[in-house]
Amino acid sequence: MARIILDRLKERFGADVLETSSQHGDDVAVVTPARWREAAEFVRTDPRCACDYFVDLSAIDCCDNGDPEARFEVYVIAYSVARKHRVRLKVRLPEDNPEVDTLIPVWVGANWMERECFDMFGVRFKGHPDLRRILLYEEFKGHPLRKDYPAQQAQPLVAYREGTYDKLRPFLADEGMPLDRTFKAAQDPD
Amino acid sequence: MADVELETRVVGGGDAGFVTTKFEALLAWARKYSLFQYPFATACCGMEFFAAASPRYDIARFGAEAPRFSPRQADVLWVVGTISQRQAPVLKRIYDQMTEPKWVIAFGTCASCGGFYDNYATVPGIDKILPVDVMIPGCPPRPEAVLDGLMLLQQKIGDGDRTTAVVKNTQLPDGAEEKLERLYNIRMRP
Repeated sequence: MARIILDRLKERFGADVLETSSQHGDDVAVVTPARWREAAEFVRTDPRCACDYFVDLSAIDCCDNGDPEARFEVYVIAYSVARKHRVRLKVRLPEDNPEVDTLIPVWVGANWMERECFDMFGVRFKGHPDLRRILLYEEFKGHPLRKDYPAQQAQPLVAYREGTYDKLRPFLADEGMPLDRTFKAAQDPD
Repeated sequence: MADVELETRVVGGGDAGFVTTKFEALLAWARKYSLFQYPFATACCGMEFFAAASPRYDIARFGAEAPRFSPRQADVLWVVGTISQRQAPVLKRIYDQMTEPKWVIAFGTCASCGGFYDNYATVPGIDKILPVDVMIPGCPPRPEAVLDGLMLLQQKIGDGDRTTAVVKNTQLPDGAEEKLERLYNIRMRP
């Protein structure tokens, strides 16, 4: 629905728009990392685009595409309240140094989303004033939404007590609700 | 009051008479009917806790109607909802601040065993970090199950029992057990 944005981007950035696609009303433009912020700025300020509303920013770990130079795909979704159209800009980043310009000067709302993206994927945003973890804790090692992070590997801040069960096993439902207990978990020393 | 009555004798003596009992039994009886609760509500189960604490279910019947938002004044820690790894130190500190005697109720499946959050972010059951007295499974548990859990805790206080107990289903509709066994490949009947 927003082909006009793609046309304007191609007109303005030429070969730096690597590819575009439109599917099910979603218009996507992939730009080069060098002109990432410039493209976002253009999408926001160009009167024909006028995407003043920042919707979302995150990343995709495309580690199975076989290309270490394009492992991470950072995307931003922007919407124009006046023109009622939406566009998705993407940038592809290499595995060894995933770094791209911050979009905070364009949309101030990008601040926390970039922090989340850093927290979950380890993508760094050049020029971000406060690039810390936002959801996880400072002691956490690694980035859990990367596909090479084992999803169930917890890094507890409080050491687990000994003698606890990993999972509650299913209990017998047909015993009704007598006020007694058949499942004995760890004995409490207190 | 059955446990007090076991230990209690009425000794005849003129018109008035007097009663003897064991001090521990009397103390336990007094404690179990004056439970001040600290609701540590972190997730959607909190809504169900409010429902259970509302006049319709009349939790005051059990002497447990007074929530105390200072751990110093509370006897029972209700952990209501999912506990993330990042939040675990907070919960542990709240527990450590409570004065003896203190009890812990895990409200809902997430607090009991982590529920369906089997990942890096969630504590798989608060018994990993605290001694738990009663687990109330359910997603969320119905207020009736909550009251069952409270009565179970009262019974345990009366018995001086500190092992972990689990509230069981009261009943399932006809044919539900066979269906659950087939669906989840578990055994629910003896």
